[in-house]
Amino acid sequence: MGRTLAEKVWDAHVVRKGEVVGTEAQPDLLYIDLHLIHEVTSPQAFEGLRLANRPLRRPDLTIATEDHNTPTLAIDKPIADPTSRTQIETLRANCREFGVRLHSLGDAEQGIVHIIGPQLGLTQPGLTVVCGDSHTSTHGAFGALAMGIGTSEVEHVMATQTLSLKPFRTMGITVEGTLKPGVTSKDIILAIIAKIGTGGGQGYVLEYRGSAIRALSMEARMTICNMSIEAGARAGMVAPDETTFEYLKGRPHAPQGAQWDAAVADWRELRTDDDAVFDAEVFLDADDLEPFVTWGTNPGQGVSLSQAVPSPDDFADENDKAACTRALDYMALEAGTPMKDIRVDTVFLGSCTNSRIEDLRIAADIIRGRKKDPQIRMMVVPGSARVRLEAEAEGLDRVFTDFGAEWRFAGCSMCLGMNPDQLAPGERCASTSNRNFEGRQGKGGRTHLVSPVVAAATAVRGTLSSPSDLDPRPGTDVHAAGSTITAA
Amino acid sequence: MEKITTHTGIGVPLRQSNIDTDQIIPALYLKRITRTGFEDALFAQWRKDEDFILNREPYARGSVLVAGPDFGTGSSREHAVWALKDYGFRAVLSSRFADIFRGNSGKQGLVAAQVAQDDIELIWKILEREPGTTVTVDLVSRSVQCGSVSAPFQLDDYTRWRLLEGLDDIGLTLRQEAHITQFEAHRPAHKPTTLPVRT
Repeated sequence: MGRTLAEKVWDAHVVRKGEVVGTEAQPDLLYIDLHLIHEVTSPQAFEGLRLANRPLRRPDLTIATEDHNTPTLAIDKPIADPTSRTQIETLRANCREFGVRLHSLGDAEQGIVHIIGPQLGLTQPGLTVVCGDSHTSTHGAFGALAMGIGTSEVEHVMATQTLSLKPFRTMGITVEGTLKPGVTSKDIILAIIAKIGTGGGQGYVLEYRGSAIRALSMEARMTICNMSIEAGARAGMVAPDETTFEYLKGRPHAPQGAQWDAAVADWRELRTDDDAVFDAEVFLDADDLEPFVTWGTNPGQGVSLSQAVPSPDDFADENDKAACTRALDYMALEAGTPMKDIRVDTVFLGSCTNSRIEDLRIAADIIRGRKKDPQIRMMVVPGSARVRLEAEAEGLDRVFTDFGAEWRFAGCSMCLGMNPDQLAPGERCASTSNRNFEGRQGKGGRTHLVSPVVAAATAVRGTLSSPSDLDPRPGTDVHAAGSTITAA
Repeated sequence: MEKITTHTGIGVPLRQSNIDTDQIIPALYLKRITRTGFEDALFAQWRKDEDFILNREPYARGSVLVAGPDFGTGSSREHAVWALKDYGFRAVLSSRFADIFRGNSGKQGLVAAQVAQDDIELIWKILEREPGTTVTVDLVSRSVQCGSVSAPFQLDDYTRWRLLEGLDDIGLTLRQEAHITQFEAHRPAHKPTTLPVRT
């Protein structure tokens, strides 16, 4: 019988197969090709190595950056918060001691760990990639098996370059059809999570497939894989194709010359065989999809932008009912309110989900020549220093600042508010990030997850909006600005 | 890691689903560089509410958390497990755990016991009716006991064995070092390396 993409990558990395005891298979020992490190989940792991007098086995398969704690303003000054500063300094000292390459604040390659791996061409098809961060699933967009790990596992990979893992089950998620203008890959993944729930992917590796996925750019595929964890899955993958190879070719760490040809030949094998069977399958129609937004406090609590806030009575399950009641209370929303009537205070364009150059271009195209709602605060945080430079070369920074948005330096920023970029209690935010948990973006803050398209339109209108809700631009007679937006 | 065979302690009923790791420990507490001392950070935001269950005796002295489905979702932060352990919890019961949280628990000697939701409901009722009732989590028989309720729980063989024996994962893997070295000798040459720095 044929194998799925995930099984092929898994099989190619088994150092030692786990024995079967009784009916239960023991974990396989799996080799890790690439280990990404940042300041938050690594200090205790480095300390563990030191205490046990163990070396870091493969510094040449390890790379570090500073992202979670870093400020997005005045990055040339010492970090004001002493605990953040200590954590960053600890990472720098550890990387020096163990010989790990580090991209520090101010370096052109610094940025969110999941943005820089692909950008450098380190993230490649068929690799196993891990990082002490749950959004490591992002790298699966290249056909890599990529997953988030805890700090004990970070230490384990540092010491052994392997992980003991039990084989996952596989779930095929097929998205067929063509996205309407103004509908993006963010809407696809939010719709999938709403459909299968935040626990729907537990124990599975997801594989996104179908014509709608094939039509997406690499960056749009990364947005989908990024949020696999929000559906409970540790990893999500897309089989590599010409789009993948095109993206990788010429990047600093992509293979060159004969190695490139050998790599591409290997990568072409990385697809689910026609006769392979998934343990579970889900289907979604891209044709009918509309911009999707969340109303609640977990990423599964979402609806189409044209719908209304649900009521606890809409749910059959007692736990879902209780969760709805609690979420409406926290979010200060009344059941039945049209989503488009919800007024927000802040728009955050950033995070490892949506802060790549295409995301910034899409948002800039919508706001160009329009006026920001005067009460809205908009923050634009590029995913990496490189993305920021690229955007500035295209003049996008001017589009944002002319509009009245804040143009910041790269980092995780308001996605999780470990730096000063936080919501105030009660403040409501349309955010292109990945988690709308209670207090995630700041104590008492209220988060609606949206695509960059919806974020931009919301900044213009002041309430959750899509481009089709906007007035035509001065001097143009095109009504639906969204018609110029291609599927991203 | 300490060996665990069985644990008995006061049960804490937390009637809520989808308790994500941002709730278990908010991100601001992740700036510390130590592995211990996170007891103050556990459910930090919720504990500001004086009615929160951990602010009420005898639940405040609890060591077995009985939670709704999808416990530990979201961020991979192992600090969530450290905070639960530092506070005094030795086991969490839920009908569904997020994968990464479950894995982190196993590494740190926190028992993540998967119990059917119907049994969770029965245990909740007992713990609410008679605060201070203890819950026994027995790894040998893979069962939990609370008042008159006795229920099986799921925990994979490998994690159970490591908990029972108190085994260190890295030490176990390093016994396989020859296999790792052999595997490394056959990795395709086109795989990337991060060093030396190429510009």
